[in-house]
Amino acid sequence: MFKKLSSLALVAVMVLSLAACGTTDKGNATTTSGTKATDTPAPTQAAAEEASTGDSEATSGLFAPIAKEDIKVGVIHIGDPADGAGYTFAHDQGIIAMQQALSLSDDQIIRKNNVNDADAVAIRTAIEECIEEGSNIIFGTSWGYMDTMEELASEYPDIIFSHCSGYKSNGSNFNNYFGRIYQARYLSGIAAGLKTQSDKIGYVAAMGSDNSEVTGGINAFAMGVESVNPDAKVYVKVTNTWFDPTLEQQAAEALLDAGCDVIAQHADTTAPQLAAEKRGVWGIGYNSDMTKDAPKAHITAPVWNWGAYYTSAVKSVIDGSWDGSNYFGGMAEGLVELSPLSENAAEGTAEAIEAAKQKILDGFKVFEGNIVDNAGNQINQDGAFLSDADITGKMNWYYRNVVAE
Amino acid sequence: MKYKIQVVKKAEVSLSKNLLLSLLAIVSALLAGGIFILAIGHNPLNIYGSIVQGAWRSPIAIKGTIKIAIPLLIASLGITPAFQMKFWNIGAEGQIIMGGIFATYFALFFDHLPHGLLLLLMFIAGMLGGGLWGLIPAYFKTKFGTNETLFTLMLNYIALYLIKYFTEGPWRDPASSGFPKIASFAKNARLDQVLGLHAGWVIGLLLVVLVFIYLNFTKRGYEIKVVGESTNTARYAGMNVKKIVMRTMFLSGAICGIAGMTQVSGAAFTLGEGVAGGVGFTAIIVAWLAKLNPVIILIVTVLFSMLEKGCSVMQSSFGLSTAVSSILQGIILFFILAFDFFTRYRFVLRKSTN
Repeated sequence: MFKKLSSLALVAVMVLSLAACGTTDKGNATTTSGTKATDTPAPTQAAAEEASTGDSEATSGLFAPIAKEDIKVGVIHIGDPADGAGYTFAHDQGIIAMQQALSLSDDQIIRKNNVNDADAVAIRTAIEECIEEGSNIIFGTSWGYMDTMEELASEYPDIIFSHCSGYKSNGSNFNNYFGRIYQARYLSGIAAGLKTQSDKIGYVAAMGSDNSEVTGGINAFAMGVESVNPDAKVYVKVTNTWFDPTLEQQAAEALLDAGCDVIAQHADTTAPQLAAEKRGVWGIGYNSDMTKDAPKAHITAPVWNWGAYYTSAVKSVIDGSWDGSNYFGGMAEGLVELSPLSENAAEGTAEAIEAAKQKILDGFKVFEGNIVDNAGNQINQDGAFLSDADITGKMNWYYRNVVAE
Repeated sequence: MKYKIQVVKKAEVSLSKNLLLSLLAIVSALLAGGIFILAIGHNPLNIYGSIVQGAWRSPIAIKGTIKIAIPLLIASLGITPAFQMKFWNIGAEGQIIMGGIFATYFALFFDHLPHGLLLLLMFIAGMLGGGLWGLIPAYFKTKFGTNETLFTLMLNYIALYLIKYFTEGPWRDPASSGFPKIASFAKNARLDQVLGLHAGWVIGLLLVVLVFIYLNFTKRGYEIKVVGESTNTARYAGMNVKKIVMRTMFLSGAICGIAGMTQVSGAAFTLGEGVAGGVGFTAIIVAWLAKLNPVIILIVTVLFSMLEKGCSVMQSSFGLSTAVSSILQGIILFFILAFDFFTRYRFVLRKSTN
């Protein structure tokens, strides 16, 4: 009797606890996974669209205009905006910015949170719920939503599906959006290069050199460092995961042990910044402004301002000018930027960054001119520059001042 | 004089009393959930209304609810034979996954075969994958007396990481230029639709009938119950207990494997880490609440699916955190399981002899 009961109790307890974790397990989701933008990530005329405000019935659009009161926007998040920092938070801030810019009411935004991007059925269910509630345009923020969105786009040709960071699109109701975060990375490198005393800068990287998105970010950062401090080296430590606070902290600590006094990151959490703060040194965050998390260490962070895209996309649906093209924005469009410098920044940082920013806005492409990798290979010649497709899809080398194990 | 509390199994409870208790369970669950909803500043009636409405409000919603129900139904039916044998198969999750993996192999590499043949192969492969995954703990249990609860549980994680291996390794989509995902299945490898919904629901309903007949009207079903009551009795009656345990676990796993096959070929059209998504664990609760009766499993499955689907709609229409719908589901489940315990057992106060 007792044995029977105890085994039952065991089963019940296990089942309950596991049922609970089972559903929330997000796996090793590619929250900030990269883009392979070979499918013509043509920089759209977002800026131009932004400029041509007004109620002009754009004739170039693929869909009829929709009255502002009738528009509904669906958003599929991999995390929960309530996280308060990081990837999903940054996207949701963009949605809120769009809502305010276009003065939409709360019930015109339908959010599906914590949608596991490795569960095609959950993705489909979430998107279909947005469709049911009348969404005209649905944003999917995680890389893993791509294939399901592609399928649904062909099943629902009148609804617009917009997918972040992927490489698929159909030219009409399914596009992708991403941007030149490397521009902001370059600027953050300037802040790091001016701050370091030991001339050793650490970089916690989610993925190794086979991942173009991460590697491109490291290289742009390293070029920014070099532009103000040619003696400094960037030491890279790879965690091989998009999201793991423990591994990110350990990687940061290993870099700190090696003498680095500024820790930059391509990682989802604030762990590297906290590790730097604990040692009394400095850090460069990512995704959202992390000064509030590590006030004594954090200098600045390259951040996404997704509102720039969300606003222009929803606006184009309202005025009927949606043309189905992909969006690949940068600093000029306001999609990427640097979070405000904290008081931890070295003297002269603001001026140096402002000058470089102006250079970028004037057409400096970061990856242009003479580029040599850390194995001594000539990557690019004077007078030439790397295309965005090469930067986001084919960058598998490290810049000459990068040291990777 | 000392007293101690003992838990004693009740005698058979009459059907009417059972129904009354079930009703009471649901009412208390809704009341407790209602207090929680009030505490976060919403009207419980509105929230419950949107849950029910969210599950049935349109053809898309109904299809969505049934789509959630299909794997849950099949997996619950799969667990049932094992549980009737008192073999605590906590490994449905892994068996679903293995069914999905085996079926995916044919979907990816044999999609040139005729549609009917390909799906038949995928179906058999799914059963084989789940069945073999169920057979492993049964073998070790009968051979070495290992604990099947832990064994089946651990196999879930091995199965889950096998998906990861295939996704990042040999089955990586060649068109994804290095990003880890498995390609969507070709149209040829997708389960046909019946009345606008993938045929998994037909398979599930057929299985309700088949499992019911197998357990109640066949010699093998009888053997399962005897082994469940007492292995010694079974042995005394000349039954080959090891064989029965292995056979039943293969069957249990194979049915769960069907759930995996219908998921990959009918709903997801690919294999991802979320293919089972906790269904294998929820199925244990469903099977247990339904007292291992296939027909009641069908009813409980529908209620569970409605709760899950409706909560998802409720979350977004009220702009609540997903944690709210998880807490609400947890409260409701907790009360229903607690009442279930009291329909089966009672506490008695006994004088201690020494």
